[in-house]
Amino acid sequence: MSGYEMNGTIAEHDEEGYLKDIGQWNADLANLIAKNENIDMTADHWEVVNFLRDYYEEYQIAPAVRILVKEMTKKFGKEKGDQKALYALFPYGPAKQACKIAGLPKPTGCV
Amino acid sequence: MPTLHTVNKSPYERSSLRSCLDHLAEGDSVLMMEDAVVGARRGGKFVEVLKAARPSCTVSVLAPDLAARGMKADDLAEGIALVDYGGFVDLAVANARVCAWL
Amino acid sequence: MTGQSKRKKFLYINRRAPHGTIYALESLEVVLIGAAFEQDVSLAFIDDGVYQLMAGQDTSGIGVKNFSKTYRALGDYEVRKLYVERESLAERGLTVEDLMPISFEDEEDDYAEKPSILVADRSEMVRLIAEQDVVLSF
Repeated sequence: MSGYEMNGTIAEHDEEGYLKDIGQWNADLANLIAKNENIDMTADHWEVVNFLRDYYEEYQIAPAVRILVKEMTKKFGKEKGDQKALYALFPYGPAKQACKIAGLPKPTGCV
Repeated sequence: MPTLHTVNKSPYERSSLRSCLDHLAEGDSVLMMEDAVVGARRGGKFVEVLKAARPSCTVSVLAPDLAARGMKADDLAEGIALVDYGGFVDLAVANARVCAWL
Repeated sequence: MTGQSKRKKFLYINRRAPHGTIYALESLEVVLIGAAFEQDVSLAFIDDGVYQLMAGQDTSGIGVKNFSKTYRALGDYEVRKLYVERESLAERGLTVEDLMPISFEDEEDDYAEKPSILVADRSEMVRLIAEQDVVLSF
C-alpha cells in the first residue's frame, strides 16, 4: 500500500494518487500532493482547489471540467472561468489533477 | 408511434408487471420474458390483470424462456401470443422505443 | 444524417429506493456522464424511485455515500426535468413536501431559480414515455 508521508503519518492513496480517505486531507497534504505533481501552489491554484472542495461538500461529486469552467466564471469572472487558464494551472486537467490535490475522488466519467 | 414494454421479473415476486401495465399507451406492446413468463400461465392470478390491460395492446411471451420453465404454448392464458427471438426483434422494430420494467 | 445531429429525447426511469441496491447511484452516474452529450434529458421517478429524492437522507449509519445531494447538481448539468409520479408518492404516504427542493438557474431568464421537480400524474407519465427517442430504465 502506498501513501503520502507527512509528519510521521501516512495518508493512503490509490494507484493514481487519489486519497483513499478524504477526511485525511489538509492544506499541508495538498501542498505535498501538488509537489508530487510538479505544481507549485499559488493563490490561483488554491482558488480552484477550494472551489472544488466546496462543490464536493455541497453536491458529493467533483464537477466535470465544463461545469467547473461555467461555475468558476459565475463566481470569479471570465478570466478565472477559462478552460485554457485552468489547464495552465493544472496541465494534466483541471478536474483530474486539481481534484487529486483537493483530496477528492476522481471526477465521475474520467478514465 | 407506440412503445414496446419488456418485463423480466415474476409478477408473483415483483410489482414491475403491474407498473408496466399501469403505464401503457394505446397500441403499445408488452413482452414478458425471463421470469416474467410465469405470469402468463392460464389459471394464474395475473391473467385477469393482463386481460384488463389488453384491449388496445398486445401481450407476448418469449418462447425460449417459457420452454425453459417447463411450459408450452397450450399453457398460456387466452389471447397471449408466443414469439421467438426473431419475433422479439420484429416487435422492437415495429415500435418507436423500448421501455424496460426491471 | 448530415451536419449537426439532432438532439434526442432521453428519459431515465428510476423505480428503486436508493441505498439497498446500486440502481439509483448507477442511474445518477449515467445521467451525469450522459449529460456531456447535450441531449434533451428527463428523469422519471416512479414506484419506490420517488424515495431517491427524499429530503433529509442520512446515510452515516449504513456506511455508504449520501449521493442524494448530487441530485441538486443536476441543474448545472442541464438536467432540469425531474418528473415524480403523483400516484407513486400517494401510495407511499408521501407528498412533494417530503422531497428535497431541487432547482436550476435559468440562463435565459436572468438566472432565475426554477424548480426542477415536476409532479406528474400517471397519465402524464404515459405521454412522457411516448414522446421519447430513448428510454433507459434503472
